[in-house]
Amino acid sequence: MSTQGSGPAIEVEGIVKRFGEVRALDGVDLVAAPGQVLGLLGPNGAGKTTLVRILATLLKADGGSARVLGLDVARDAAQLRRRIGLAGQYAAVDENLTGLENLTMVGRLYGAPRAQARARGLALLERFDLLEAGDRGTKAYSGGMRRRLDLAAALVASPPVLFLDEPTTGLDPRSRLSVWGMIEGLVADGTTVLLTTQYLDEADRLADTIAVIDHGRLIARGTPDELKDRLGGERLEVHLDDGADTEAAVRVLTPMSDEPPSSENGVLEVSIRERSGAMVEALRRLSDAGIEVDDLSLRRPTLDDVFLALTGHAAEADGQGAEIP
Amino acid sequence: MRRLIIDTAIIAERNVIRLRRAPELLIGFTVQPIMFVLLFRYVFGGAIRTPGYSYVDYLIPGIIVQNTAFGGFATALGLNDDVRKGLIDRFRSLPMSRAAVLAGRTLSDVATNALSMTILLVTGLIIGFTFHAAFLDGAAGIGLLLLFGYAFSWVLAFLGLLVSSPETVNSVGFIAVFPLTFISSAFVPVPSMPDGLRQFAEVNPFTIVVDAMRHLWIGAPSHHDVLGAVIWSLAIIAVFAPLAVWRYRRAAGG
Repeated sequence: MSTQGSGPAIEVEGIVKRFGEVRALDGVDLVAAPGQVLGLLGPNGAGKTTLVRILATLLKADGGSARVLGLDVARDAAQLRRRIGLAGQYAAVDENLTGLENLTMVGRLYGAPRAQARARGLALLERFDLLEAGDRGTKAYSGGMRRRLDLAAALVASPPVLFLDEPTTGLDPRSRLSVWGMIEGLVADGTTVLLTTQYLDEADRLADTIAVIDHGRLIARGTPDELKDRLGGERLEVHLDDGADTEAAVRVLTPMSDEPPSSENGVLEVSIRERSGAMVEALRRLSDAGIEVDDLSLRRPTLDDVFLALTGHAAEADGQGAEIP
Repeated sequence: MRRLIIDTAIIAERNVIRLRRAPELLIGFTVQPIMFVLLFRYVFGGAIRTPGYSYVDYLIPGIIVQNTAFGGFATALGLNDDVRKGLIDRFRSLPMSRAAVLAGRTLSDVATNALSMTILLVTGLIIGFTFHAAFLDGAAGIGLLLLFGYAFSWVLAFLGLLVSSPETVNSVGFIAVFPLTFISSAFVPVPSMPDGLRQFAEVNPFTIVVDAMRHLWIGAPSHHDVLGAVIWSLAIIAVFAPLAVWRYRRAAGG
């Protein structure tokens, strides 16, 4: 948390939101400094979308307070709307309009004259690699194109604060990468971003600070490195041949990790310190000891690993509809 | 206020573009009315007695009023779609007028209503409908139709925000609109109906508006004057506009 003269860009204190009996948010505190990317990580139903909707002035909280750019999200909502951008989980573009018409409409609703809104729309289309498709109806856009257009629509007024609600959910890996690149470009321009995600790798790549949320409560907060330290980095999974000496395998692989490898039914899991060379080293150690290996793979820690490490249970959807659409 | 007018115009423009791009909607507003006019004129018309008037003269003012009730389906379906697709969230996160989304929506229905009204009227003239009215009365009739259609759009706006899917909009909408428009003086003289239906038809706002239209267009004597039709239209707006706004706030989670 830096102490820049302008104060934090996003400041959330003890926010509570109830939907009937369900406490979608149960006293969440958050801070994001200007220019920072705050990643809100959690499973479906954790309360991420509810928090974004409160911060974007779409929903009123039942308790606590939240300020964005020093403006209270409830009292100063009208003023705040000029200075925030929102790109939602469901790419909110009008399917019957073209890409350019969508952006022009949003620009005009911000109060810009038609010609100016159109020029801004064209510039954004170019930036988001949609210029060629700009005159086509968005009904024909791919999921990735729609998401990019949605992101562009959120940027029409060049807002200093941007809320991105699961910006890559449902996208194929290539589109994901391109959306990530675009978010990184925005951050480089100084935009403050609050990003919700279910993917640890996404939070890891984009966020300066990650807040982990579960059942409406914050259960951990830190830099990606701090969180990964608690997780123990990447996993090496070793499937031993039938009849191989599991204990011997654990013994030879222990030096590769800070914590003793776990073993279950002939499958060893080792939290490795260093990715590069890990597979080769593990294989060499095992074959030197005469242990036969059936399969060997590296895998990044997932949201489930985070939750297992933080709460002792796997991430689970709430199932009670706390995550309202 | 200036913001409201500008934003309303922007949203209305968007909806009109949408109509142009969604031919299936446009067919509903053009081909369907022609089909109804022809069916009633040539299939039922011969069997329906309308003393004092040819059936085509009797039919056109009635069917044109019924048709305005269907114009609002564009609003109901459109709003329903906007809520489900998250567009309402986008609008609400913008510094635009809150009321403009609904106002722009219902206003664009006036355009679609004007379109299908023109098509109906031209069809009517081709198959023998004749005005028995002064020019000013004819024009007043058009004004009344647009006003009543606008009022009914608010009913359907409320419906579109009340139910969760477009399928429900269609089924609930048709279940409500069909009896309401058929148990009226739109297609047959009310005195021919059995007890129960007749009393309902007599107080049905559609009867009142249809009678006012016949008065204005074919010079029919009317139990209800045109003022009654205007008052009904304004009353519908007064009740359903606040209801729709209330649902809009709720649907949008505010």
